[in-house]
Amino acid sequence: MEGKAHENDLNLKATELTLGLPGRDEISDLPNQTKKRSPPADLKNEEGNPDAKNAQKGTAPPAKEQIVGWPPIRSYRKNSLQVNKNTEAETAAGIYVKVSMDGAPYLRKIDLRVYKCYPELLKALEVMFKFTIGQYSEREGYKGSEYAPTYEDKDGDWMLVGDVPWDMFMSSCKKLRIMKGSEARGLGCGV
Amino acid sequence: MPKRANSFPEEVLEYVFSFIQTDQDRSSISTVCKSWYEIERWCRRRIFIGNCYAVSPRMLIRRFPDVRSIELKGKPHFADFNLVPEGWGGYVYPWIAAMASAYPWLEEIKLKRMVVTDETLELIAKSFKNMKLLVLSSCEGFSTDGLAAIAANCRNLRELDLHESDVEDLSGHWLSHFPDTYTSLVSLNIACLGSELSFSALERLVARCPNLRSLRLNRSVPLDRLANLLRLAPRLTDLGTGAYSAEWRPDVFAILSRAISGCKELKSLSGFWDVVPSYLPAIYSICPGLTSLNLSYATIQSPALVKLVSQCPNLQRLWVLDYIEDVGLDALAESCKDLRELRVFPSDPFVVEPNVSLTEQGLISVSEGCPKLHSVLYFCRQMSNDALITIARNQPNFTCFRLCIIEPKIPDYLTLQPFDVGFGAIVENCKNLRRLSVSGLLTDQAFDYIGTYGKKLEMLSIAFAGDSDLGLHHILSGCDNLRKLEIRDCPFGDKALLANAAKLETMRSLWMSSCSVSYGACKLLGQRLPRLNVEVIDERGHPESRPENSPVEKLYIYRSVAGPRFDMPGFVWTMDEDSALRVT
Repeated sequence: MEGKAHENDLNLKATELTLGLPGRDEISDLPNQTKKRSPPADLKNEEGNPDAKNAQKGTAPPAKEQIVGWPPIRSYRKNSLQVNKNTEAETAAGIYVKVSMDGAPYLRKIDLRVYKCYPELLKALEVMFKFTIGQYSEREGYKGSEYAPTYEDKDGDWMLVGDVPWDMFMSSCKKLRIMKGSEARGLGCGV
Repeated sequence: MPKRANSFPEEVLEYVFSFIQTDQDRSSISTVCKSWYEIERWCRRRIFIGNCYAVSPRMLIRRFPDVRSIELKGKPHFADFNLVPEGWGGYVYPWIAAMASAYPWLEEIKLKRMVVTDETLELIAKSFKNMKLLVLSSCEGFSTDGLAAIAANCRNLRELDLHESDVEDLSGHWLSHFPDTYTSLVSLNIACLGSELSFSALERLVARCPNLRSLRLNRSVPLDRLANLLRLAPRLTDLGTGAYSAEWRPDVFAILSRAISGCKELKSLSGFWDVVPSYLPAIYSICPGLTSLNLSYATIQSPALVKLVSQCPNLQRLWVLDYIEDVGLDALAESCKDLRELRVFPSDPFVVEPNVSLTEQGLISVSEGCPKLHSVLYFCRQMSNDALITIARNQPNFTCFRLCIIEPKIPDYLTLQPFDVGFGAIVENCKNLRRLSVSGLLTDQAFDYIGTYGKKLEMLSIAFAGDSDLGLHHILSGCDNLRKLEIRDCPFGDKALLANAAKLETMRSLWMSSCSVSYGACKLLGQRLPRLNVEVIDERGHPESRPENSPVEKLYIYRSVAGPRFDMPGFVWTMDEDSALRVT
């Protein structure tokens, strides 16, 4: 787990909010790839070249938005699959978790699968909720801002984001909460 | 005209007629002569109405004064995929209200895709003392309060089936409304309910109903409760588990296994939400007796699925997710020689790239290995004409073939050609095909084949296919037995419809959405064919506010002797004789 905030290139595409389901934009252009995300540089080349895409698949570019009623699956079945996905990190599509921020009127939802590491996730949260997270250190938690990103794990405990390896975090995170103020300062400071 | 005396007294004829069950046969005998019509209508007990707007309650009651069992269907099939806007119709209350006074001895009500309110359920509970069977399939509009009224009042209820309905779950306590004296339950399907049930009420209910044979629980019933229930109902033939998950404990497993193996008559299993694979072996003991297995919610991977199906040699019906993969379908083809129906659902339908290794090969294997397979629903991401030709050759006995290639308009992945010849082979070889759903890239030629060979076809579903009106024309002019046609996002328009207008009166219904049928053509159809209801469904506002040649959003045409309906919402208009003259 990287301790520095912006070690990787900013993957803006990953944090961009779109109406489409995550995974479609990046994966659909690379028919021979596995589900792992490619580095941003390759993706930008593929997406900017519709001819290459067509030559590979021999079809019109796949639709980016979900078509109403397609594929023809009943709602209760779709909902059931979605619930399954939220409880099983092994399945291929997104892990959606709710994100709340103290003081914000409504919650958001993000797909953890979109991010490859903590810096990406934290940057996305900063953009989504328009705030700044401090500098992380194991000893002192997030220093330098009044916010602390926390998550609820499988056991129902509230943990500070960043302490465990990323993969472990992804499979145990049930929801996120950005704590503010005195509650936030309490975390990671010898509590 | 001189009256002829009947050769047989009425009672004898009635007795003879009682052996004639199907609607078509009953209809035929009623046309023999006036006295047979009269006798038949007085002794008809079962009624099936495939489109609730095709006839009115009053007409039904006038002709058939003593009905005991009624089946009604409401919304068009594409409502299942959210293509029919909320509020379109399908209200059952007027039917129940009319039948409450006319048919006090009504025993069975089966509804599909209808809007059922709590008020309706309360009226049913109050009006029909002999109610034995209530099936609400894919219905909506009611809550657990309505169910409480049924539970409290229907003393003779044998079967309550909420099959895939959308129920507002207010509380799990409705089950407690079955009185302690109520013991007649034979079949209970509450799998669609979202919230927690009152487990003690459920257990007490199961304990006091010795004739219980079918029990489909909902997801909230945990695995550790299942063993208890099974011990109370060892004669079950059909079980839907709740969530099939619990922390692994050998003692829990042992108890569950024993309880399941005690149900020696189990033929059908379903449920299996949230499966913890280590608990699967608990069902192995009854697998040899299984004829029907629904694993379509079970997110278990191919190896576990293979292990399971290879122990079910008598399986006739399998519903499963595409986690089964080609290798699992190969195993299925090896082990389950009695397989009649297969449905493979997509585990990840909204992603373009495959997440599992399920291809056309799986379908080829089962079509080759399972000689009795006649009904298939198959979601996959790649297909080839060669595969379809092979499948058609392997299995000419298909009666229902529904293929959904997930990405619209993609071609044969080997040749990059449309699937015209592939589906052509299906309709040509499968001479008993009654239901067909097509997908992938298709030209008008595909529909030429379907019109030429699909002579027994009764229901056809088309999406994102065809080039022009010619495609629709081939179908309407060729498929002699077509009853239901549903089309979305195809370039079919006025010419084909108007040229084949008379055909529409021989069908139950036609649905077209996001096609190219103009408002003007709809008005013409409504004008020319008074025995059809031509409904224009358009949420953009009245079609008069747009040019005549502008295409309507959605079109639903159905034959009816009841005339236009009066319960339409603001975005539905019926084109009738006057519509061409009406201003707004």
